[in-house]
Formats: sequence, structure tokens, C-alpha cells
Amino acid sequence: MTRAMKEKILSIVPDATIEEKAFLTVSVPPISFHNLAVRLKNDKDLQFDYLVCMTGMDWGETLGVIYHLRSTTLKHEIVLRQETADRENPELPSVSDVWATANFNEREVFGFFGIRFINHPDMRRLFLRNDWVGYPFRKDYNTDPEINPVRLESEVNEDIVPTVELTESGELEEKVHTIFEDDEYVVNIGPQHPATHGVLRFRVSLEGEIVKKVDVNCGYIHRGIEKMCESLTYPQTLALTDRLDYLSAHMNRHALCMCIEEAMGIEVPERVKYIRTIMDELTRISSHILFYSTFCMDLGGLTAFLYGFRDREKILDMLEETCGGRLIQNYNCIGGVMADIHPNLVKRIKDFIKYLPPMLKEYHGLFTGNIIAQQRMKHIGILSREDAISYGVTGPSGRGSGWACDVRKIHPYGVYDKVDFNEVLYTEGDTFSRYMVRMDEIVESLHILEQLVDNIPAGDYAVKTKPIIKLPEGQYFKSVEAARGEFGVFIESHGDKYPYRLKFRSPGLPLVSVVDLLASHNKIADLIAIGGSLDYVVPDIDR
Amino acid sequence: MKEPKIKSMKYEDFKDNEYLEQLRANGTDIIVGNLDDLINWGRSNSVWPLTFATSCCGIEFMAVGAARYDFARFGFEVTRASPRQADVIIVAGTIVHKMAPVLKRLYDQMADPKYVIAMGGCAISGGPFKKSYHVVKGVNQILPVDVYIPGCPPRPESLLYGMLQLQRKIKMEKFLGGRNRQEDPNSNEE
Repeated sequence: MTRAMKEKILSIVPDATIEEKAFLTVSVPPISFHNLAVRLKNDKDLQFDYLVCMTGMDWGETLGVIYHLRSTTLKHEIVLRQETADRENPELPSVSDVWATANFNEREVFGFFGIRFINHPDMRRLFLRNDWVGYPFRKDYNTDPEINPVRLESEVNEDIVPTVELTESGELEEKVHTIFEDDEYVVNIGPQHPATHGVLRFRVSLEGEIVKKVDVNCGYIHRGIEKMCESLTYPQTLALTDRLDYLSAHMNRHALCMCIEEAMGIEVPERVKYIRTIMDELTRISSHILFYSTFCMDLGGLTAFLYGFRDREKILDMLEETCGGRLIQNYNCIGGVMADIHPNLVKRIKDFIKYLPPMLKEYHGLFTGNIIAQQRMKHIGILSREDAISYGVTGPSGRGSGWACDVRKIHPYGVYDKVDFNEVLYTEGDTFSRYMVRMDEIVESLHILEQLVDNIPAGDYAVKTKPIIKLPEGQYFKSVEAARGEFGVFIESHGDKYPYRLKFRSPGLPLVSVVDLLASHNKIADLIAIGGSLDYVVPDIDR
Repeated sequence: MKEPKIKSMKYEDFKDNEYLEQLRANGTDIIVGNLDDLINWGRSNSVWPLTFATSCCGIEFMAVGAARYDFARFGFEVTRASPRQADVIIVAGTIVHKMAPVLKRLYDQMADPKYVIAMGGCAISGGPFKKSYHVVKGVNQILPVDVYIPGCPPRPESLLYGMLQLQRKIKMEKFLGGRNRQEDPNSNEE
């Protein structure tokens, strides 16, 4: 398979260099990159239709981008790489017309590294202010707070944005792209709005009550976690993962730990795998219950909020007893977990497995069957399977569109290969199916817990690691199924005790990038329902 | 000197009783003082927070508002989505450069008397993200903070404790004349 793929790529781009690492890594000259991308997606033997992760890089002399691609049908993976030596005016071809998820990711790379993407429709910074000086992820970035002080004046929103386009004669041309016309009626929602689930901001163009276009503004909680990680040792970076998507804190940390363990060649004991899987599922249930609470509150059902939080506290009690933290557990560590499970945990989980199903019945009785709720959810905000893949919408939202994207099934980690569970799929792709996927996943998670809780093997809860952890030189990528989708970790190590580049593939960024697609031509009240059903967590988007 | 008493928690159970007493060290007129007490009694028992959260602490804030911890018991009856209707802003989570002007504006939109609670390490000093290029190192650079609640995130109990401290502080205020709290050092207003 690999050989056939190699030959195929070389036949498209003869001057590409191919290395065989954990993934097949292809370095492509920028001039033929777009052509290759189109072929990789459309060729029937390759079918790389899902852009998993896109990472901007600064290699000192060159700036570049790394693309992780996966085929949803043929299940194979590949890594592409393109770079430019021009640090003053770096320009690379855009692939936002091939994979829609590249749109926001390229804007992110532009903000962080200053790489402009040719033919990208909207070259604004995604996270930083327009008047930000410098490109913070470059290695030579000046961190002096005098250059970028805390500015208390609001920034100006531009309706006309710059782009770079390649003309037919092969020349680059600076152009502008209009987001909102002068006579459009634009309403601002957020960043302080209870229904945006955090500090996300939409600029919505309206025609009466109908949404014409949504312009998503991110960055109101951009904390620069990836950049901070470059100056932290590996055990220190763990603490920040919990604070990305705090509702799947445990899974995020699990991904980073697995990635580091794989790079170091550590095999964790069986007991650790069981404990991690159990904790993952508990976190998932608590996250989905929180989704139910907040989603119902968005649609006007306050009672559901109180019910959900009542049951969620029971999980938090368990987590607290074992991990010491309620919301942010800080439990995984490199080589295992911080401490052994509390003796009460097994009994508490068993009680909880009995406790929750009647409550779920109550949830459905309270909200799911409600005629008003049904009318607000069914046939609203339909996301097709093709769009879900192209935008990279994973997790329950992707499975609501019929895309079997569960990482627990595709690349089993922990002990997911030993347990029996169904991947919940709905094919309608509307708000209601996204809601139902989550509700059904709670049942599946309980089923997983049921199989694991009695069989936790005896053994150590962690392997001993060296006090100073250095990863061998190389690139590592690992992903897990967090509560909102595929959470990936990409590490490039140069053999130091600090990562050279650490990138988190956030499940949230694709979720906000489809808001425009889903909410257009719907009522403005549906925007709230759609946003609620996508269930993004904003610190995870902004990182 | 009068002790600040609130219904929900005993005077001795609070840890820093001396600080609040300094606020009234000079004493007041008996009539004005009693009127103040009446006003403060009303105010301290209906402090409505703004629905404002940026990150992790926001979830704990929601938990405190929900069934088990229920801050409505103590007079924080409902959270308000509009700053015009809120009395206290609980800064729950990291404040970054892009958010700073928005937060300042929210605070300016609130009607007096208004209070600020800095919840969690990030709001106090930048917390785990202190070294980041994009994080405001403490919300006190933008707003005058009344109560700091440490933790990452703080437990619901500590948030409740902080909110009760705010109630005590409100009880010590002088409505009729006199300065009550530290003014914002950065503002140029008179």
C-alpha cells in the first residue's frame, strides 16, 4: 500500500521527497502543493478527504506548515509538509478550497507565523487583535510587554479584508474581499452573551429575522498555551492541557501523556489503561450531562439545567475522591496516573450505573419529547456528511451527520479494544440528531463502565520515569476521542527536555467554522439552538 | 466599634475580621449610621451577579448557581445577562488582551454601586498563564477588585465564602458620605 502510494505521489509531483516515519511524510515544493492536494483528495485509491490537523512551523531558516491527512473510507494516513525560506514575506498556497477546515486553520497560522496563504478568501488574524505587533509563534518574536501593552480601546472591525490572489499570468496580486456590504444590517452577538457558551463573538448579518451570514470572531480567551509549552518541560506541559477543554480535561491530558509515552517507548501497565479509560468515560458522561443542562437552558428550559447539574455533581464527587480535583483533575502523568484509585470508587461507579438510567428517562420526559423543543431542533441546521468531513467536524456533532469518526473505534487506545460498545450514529445531521447522539452516548459510556469496573487488574498505577524527560528527535502525533471530538497532540522534538513545537488539534475550531454554514437562511433564534447543539468550549477553540 | 454581621455565617468563622473593621475605624454619626445600616442590609442581601465567565472557573460558577450549592440562599438570587441589571461582576477565568477592553466596558456599563470579585488564579495574577504573551496579569490592572478568591478553579465553597465576604464588606459601607473602597489607580476620573 505504502509503495503504491509513494509511486502515485511521485507521479504527480516528481520533485517531492518522501520519508517513511510513523506516518509517510511527504515534503512538497509550494508551487505544486495545491495540485497535489486536489489529487490526493479526489484520486480513488487515495481519497484523503479529512484534514485532521494543520500545524504552522518555524524551523529557524524556513517557515512552513505540516498537514495530517486521513482517508475516512480507506483509513490510511499521510503527512504533508511545505515550507518557504522567505521570512519577510512568506507566502504559501492555500488549500481552503480543498478541505474547508483549512480556512480557519490558515487564518490561525497567518496570525501566529505571518504566513500568507495565496487564494485564501479572508486573510485576517483569527485570534489576535488586528493591531497586534509581530507574530508570536516565531522563534524570534520579541515578548517585550512594551510592544504589545494591554490596550483598553476596542478594536475596529473591518468589513473589507485583504487577500492575496494568484492571477492567470502567475503574478501575485493584493486584493480585498468584502465580508459585509455597507447596507447590510449587522448585529453583534457576544463576546459577553450567555448563549455563546463563553466568550465567542458572532457578527451576524440579518434580513428581518433570517440570518444571512455569520462572521465568527475568536480569540477572546486565546491564552497562547502552545507557545507557553515551548518553554516548559514535558511534565509541566501536562497541567495546561486540562485547561483547554476543561469539560474533557481528563481526555486531553490522556492524549498528551500517550503521545509522550509513545515517543519515549514506555509501555504503561494494564491497570493504568483501565483506570484511564474509566476516568475518560466518567468525564465524558459529566460533559454530556453538562451539554444537556446548558443546551436546554439555551432553549429556555431552566429546570433541565438544575436536573443536569444535580446528577453531574455525583460524578464530580467520584473524580474528587480519586483525583483530588472536581473539574480539573490533574490525574494523568507520564507513565501512569498520579495516585491509585480510591477504595470507594468501584462501589460508587456501580451505584451510579444504577442511578443514572432512570434519570435519563426523566431527562427525555422533561425535554426530548416536548413539542416546542422538537420543533426547534428537528430539521434545523442540517450538516451533511460531506460537509462534516470537509470541515473536520468530529465527535458527537460529526456522528449526528452519519460520519463514523470515533477515534475509540478507528485507533483504539486505553482498553477500548477490549470493551464492547456501539458507535452512536444518526444520519439526519440536524440539531436534534446532534442532541440525541450525546444522550445515547451517555448510555454507551455507562455500558463501557459496567464492563470495566469489576475487572480492573492489580498492578502498579504508574511506571517510574526519569526525573528529566527528553524525547528523541522526531515528530509525534496522537489523538483521542474527547467529549467534543478528536483531540490530537502533535509534538516536534529536537531532543531537548522542552518540545520544539507542541500543537493541539482542537475539536472546537471546526465546530465554530460550520456555524456560518448551518445558521445561514435560518432564524436568528435557531442560531442559538445550533450553537448549543454543536457544544463548543471556547478556551479549547482559542487555546 | 460595630461588628459586621451577616445572617449566613458567624462573625468568628471569618478569617480576616480586622481588615473590615478598619473601614469603620473612625465611627459614624448615630442617625446617619443607622440609616446606612438599613440601606446596606438591603443591598448586601440582593447582590445579583452578571452572567460572565471566560473559562474553567465559569463552570464552577454555574455549579454554585445550580441545585447543590445554590447561591440564591445567600441573596445572590439570579444571575443577570445584562450588566445594567447586575451588581457584581465575578471575573471567572483568564482575561486576555483581546478581552480586556470588553471587560472594562462591561464594568463601565454596570450601575453603581458595583463590585468586582476576582475568581481563580488567572483573574488574580494570570495564574498558570502568567508567562503568556496574551494574558492580562491580574484583573486588578483593569478593574478595582473587592474580593479575591484563590484556586484553580476555586471550590464552590470558597466561592461562597468569597461572596459572603463581599456581603460583609457591603455592610461596612458608608452610603451617606465618606469613601468606601480603594479607587481604581489607573482611572483619571474624579
